[in-house]
Amino acid sequence: MDIFFQQIINGLVQGSVYALVALGYTMVYGILGLINFAHGEVVMIGAMIALAVLQALLAAAFSPVLAVLMSLLVAMAVCMALGYSIERVAYRPLRNAPRLAPLITAIGVSIVLQNLAMMIWGREYHAFTLPFNNASHEVGGAIVNDVQIGIVVVALIIMAGLLWLVHHSRMGRAMRAVAENPSAATLMGVDINRVISNTFMLGSALAAIAGFMVSVNYGIVHYYMGFMLGLKAFTAAVLGGIGNLRGAMLGGVLLGLIESLGAGYIGDLTGGFLGSHYQDVFAFFVLIAVLIFRPSGLLGEKLAERA
Amino acid sequence: MKLHRPANRHLALAAILLVLPFIIDALFGHGWVRIADFALLYIMLALGLNIVVGYAGLLDLGYIAFFAVGAYTYALLGSPQFGLHWPMWVTLPLGALIACIFGVLLGAPTLKLRGDYLAIVTLGFGEIIRIFLNNLNAPINITNGPQGISGIDALQVGGFSFGESHQWLGVRVDDVHLHYYLFLAFTLLVIFVSRRLEDSRIGRAWVAIREDEVAASAMGINTRNIKLLAFAMGATFGGISGGLFAGFQGFVSPESFSLMESIMILCMVVLGGMGNIGGVVLGGILLVALPELFRNAAGPVQMALLGKVVVDPESLRMLMFGLALILVMLWRPAGLWPSTQRRRELNAEEGA
Repeated sequence: MDIFFQQIINGLVQGSVYALVALGYTMVYGILGLINFAHGEVVMIGAMIALAVLQALLAAAFSPVLAVLMSLLVAMAVCMALGYSIERVAYRPLRNAPRLAPLITAIGVSIVLQNLAMMIWGREYHAFTLPFNNASHEVGGAIVNDVQIGIVVVALIIMAGLLWLVHHSRMGRAMRAVAENPSAATLMGVDINRVISNTFMLGSALAAIAGFMVSVNYGIVHYYMGFMLGLKAFTAAVLGGIGNLRGAMLGGVLLGLIESLGAGYIGDLTGGFLGSHYQDVFAFFVLIAVLIFRPSGLLGEKLAERA
Repeated sequence: MKLHRPANRHLALAAILLVLPFIIDALFGHGWVRIADFALLYIMLALGLNIVVGYAGLLDLGYIAFFAVGAYTYALLGSPQFGLHWPMWVTLPLGALIACIFGVLLGAPTLKLRGDYLAIVTLGFGEIIRIFLNNLNAPINITNGPQGISGIDALQVGGFSFGESHQWLGVRVDDVHLHYYLFLAFTLLVIFVSRRLEDSRIGRAWVAIREDEVAASAMGINTRNIKLLAFAMGATFGGISGGLFAGFQGFVSPESFSLMESIMILCMVVLGGMGNIGGVVLGGILLVALPELFRNAAGPVQMALLGKVVVDPESLRMLMFGLALILVMLWRPAGLWPSTQRRRELNAEEGA
């Protein structure tokens, strides 16, 4: 029973990160119908920038709290600029092109970012620890530390804020209008290009936060970390119903839980035949099963036939 | 075949293709003949994926799994792993058949899905296959895990082995040259089948489904079977080239079947010109040759310009490759050599 509770906690923490990244995928998809394959790399760049700034500020004897906040803010700003530029350079010129063309440029951007990061930061793993004491607590037989609590709390606040933004602010209304019907939105005076840029910047800011979170949780950053994370997050977005904000949140948390419970119990379930290294298989099997029974994801609306 | 084309053009092309490995060998060296062999394998793969993505419009991000199935079938039945040494004319078709079955297995439950949902399921399928290959070394050792299988039998027909050099009329023909001709023969076969499919009833049904599934089914097309057929055909081509790959390399490991490989093949199809055989072939050649060119250029150019190697040539090569992908797509959104039909559609949209 202790393992069960422990895996639930691990799953919730990992799931919160997935959810934040998945939101970036889902917002872009909802508005442009485009899989932003480079989003995972934006997460990685966010983590790298945050680490670099944090180390520089700590070396300059800033107070730890200020240094952490500053590094997070700088990472968010850099990622927003990056997200904006990616859209301008690689997606906007192809908005009326065949559907798969922006997918290829997205893959190109992803390759470029990954290799840029490798040139700047090298192939090695970098340690990423917060300059605070990370105390562990025992809750009902399971162990949870301050960083994990922080991740879940911050993720919840951000998701609540995002929902408020999308449903109650002027910008959110414009976003929903463009997602619903771009040409009608234009007629109503919505500047589509600005909405799309805003969406990319918003998603990238979330990606930076997620990158920061996943790095402090595991204590390491690496130039290749964005790829698998991005893939999982996209899976989560699809699981929840792509294009749907609440779906991405639910999908992210669910995927985190499925993975950690799967890793914890797959050995027992299969009589020791399959070990915990099959955790990814487990996640994908669940995804396929869900999509077979609910082809548009858990919370996805029944879409009319669209070519 | 279009008969109104001058026959000598075909003859000239055939002559060039026949002497090409010797020209490449003389001009660029042995290594590039090997690269040409790989280019042919990738062209086969790209043509197989072209059936699924280009003709039927089903976005498949896990296509490499079928390549893996073909390669591992060949490897397991023709290596010291199980002490089996079955001949190529059994293992190759068997690999193709098993890949085909996997294609149907993947296709059957996912037919309801469309667009990007299908993409993520196929991606997951590809990863599942790779993870299994990577971990099926315990408790029973089947695939030898991450170490992969080595010592795979060379491709061999009767007593004739493609894995060693032969001497004919005083001319030494090396194994890479022999593989070139073997792969060329298979590639031409795949091109021929694709060509025939394109204008057939089935090919037109695929295009109809790609353009509008509801309309296609209203016209009496059995969309389920026709889509399954696309998956099965694509998978079969993948399985054949997988077997050839295993025999050529003599070694397979799960690393060769990562998601990045699926993405590369998709890039070949889209960059070259989806749905157009010539375009896909062009895409395959370019995407195999470009990274190799960059590999050879990345180090020396830095030396010449800056006097030392500043940036790791390997990452510089991939960086240039990524940039090339972006630039080519921005420059020609429909691919380098789009099919005439697609070009017409694009022009019509611009005119409207």
